[in-house]
Amino acid sequence: MIIRLGEAFLRTLGKPLVKFLYSLGDLTSFFVKAIYHCFVPPFYFKLFFKQVLDIGFYSLPVVGLTTLFAGMVIALQTYSGFSGFKAESVIASVVLISVTRELAPVLSALMVAGRIGAAMAAEIGTMRVTEQIDALVTLSTNPFKYLVAPRLWAGLLVLPLLVLIGDIIGIFGGYVVGVYKLGFNPANYITATFQDLQYIGIISGLVKAAVFGFIISMMGCYHGYKSKGGAQGVGNATTNAVVSSSILILIFNYLITEMFFSR
Amino acid sequence: MEKEKEVKIRIRDLHKSFGKKCVLDGVNLDLYKGESLVVIGGSGTGKSVLIKCIQGLLIPDSGSIEIDDIEIVNENPDVIDRMHSKMGMLFQGGALFDSLTVWENVAFDLIQNRGFNKKEAKIVAIKVLRQVGLTEDIADLYPSELSGGMQKRVGLARAVITRPEIIFFDEPTTGLDPIMADVINDLIIESAKDLGATTLTITHDMASARKIADKIAMLYQGKIIWYGTVKDLDKTTNPYVRQFINGSSKGPIKVEK
Repeated sequence: MIIRLGEAFLRTLGKPLVKFLYSLGDLTSFFVKAIYHCFVPPFYFKLFFKQVLDIGFYSLPVVGLTTLFAGMVIALQTYSGFSGFKAESVIASVVLISVTRELAPVLSALMVAGRIGAAMAAEIGTMRVTEQIDALVTLSTNPFKYLVAPRLWAGLLVLPLLVLIGDIIGIFGGYVVGVYKLGFNPANYITATFQDLQYIGIISGLVKAAVFGFIISMMGCYHGYKSKGGAQGVGNATTNAVVSSSILILIFNYLITEMFFSR
Repeated sequence: MEKEKEVKIRIRDLHKSFGKKCVLDGVNLDLYKGESLVVIGGSGTGKSVLIKCIQGLLIPDSGSIEIDDIEIVNENPDVIDRMHSKMGMLFQGGALFDSLTVWENVAFDLIQNRGFNKKEAKIVAIKVLRQVGLTEDIADLYPSELSGGMQKRVGLARAVITRPEIIFFDEPTTGLDPIMADVINDLIIESAKDLGATTLTITHDMASARKIADKIAMLYQGKIIWYGTVKDLDKTTNPYVRQFINGSSKGPIKVEK
């Protein structure tokens, strides 16, 4: 009786475990193949530039608005939290650090994951279920080189640029609140910002952005490529791409912060 | 007499399963050079899986597929890529690339793999589009702007533009009205004749099969259960084939209701 119960328990435990290990193996195999094809010609430069435009240029308004309001709200919260300690002067510094190290890379990446990760999964997923990926293969074109590699390169290279712009806009948001709402002296605010500018903060933010860009593209491509079962399958792929890339972004955000700032 | 003919595709003891479901259970089939073979069979009998195994889109569990005496099962991607350059394929739903215009779809292989520049490729694409009965006006449209019949023609143009030695047709008349289906059948016959190509078609449309086939094979429960000419088809006493060509629900083929 006990043995039977034990068997049943292990079986219940084993099924999802086997499924999880299978998915992990599948993702690893996809990852290795994708990286290999990123470095082996032919390279599709036109498709790469199209992705640069999609991921970078067309995401600018979303990233700009997100980081602007993030910078503004941080300035306001810092003022309300620290004003009792007469610590208005630290506002510029707090805005700078929080925007460049955390808010710009993480919020931009989450917004781009929603916009681009979902679009990639939907596009590649639709190509999968309508046999367009099979058609690519029969036309002697490797789908990893044609579909995946340009997206991975674009994600990796473009997100740091987006975040750099986001950094500037976020700091500007803090400046707007500091100067026009809280009545700080503009020159003092700018001086305080530049005094506290640390390259390690900017660089860690840009490294995060590159990793997040790669994660967004990888998850979008993976879930799209593996989708099956028609419209519902594509819908699931899109959801999975956004959810998995968002979770991975938050996990890697911690790991990279630990790598840069843990002593 | 037939043994003297050159075998273009030789399939031996091909097996393919998905989990516990056995789809191909020891398929043996020869496709001779210049011949048009049609594989018939009900939905879910493994016709598409067979064609995908031959194309290297699916890897069989065991067995052998030789194209021009070269084994392709478990071969490296370069060998399969070389084979693809000899092949053309018309997919069931067309499988045209949504993001490219009609002429870019048709000329895809020329531009990506055969060194054509865009201007040259467009001229060739428009010429082939005319051969399948389409006009130059549609060259710059996107696939979503075309009717189902037009999409099939564009798919056919894409399949034949590189003058392949082997052409695969996956349910070429599915979803078309009978007149358009007959037009597509005529185009398939003309294209194959013009190129001298060997063709393998999978369909359950018997009118189409009778029109385009030199030989017909019937796939049932993962095995080829009948093989012969169109004339033999009408004389056969095989109860499975009789039931299939008569489209009867009564007979040895059981369909879940």
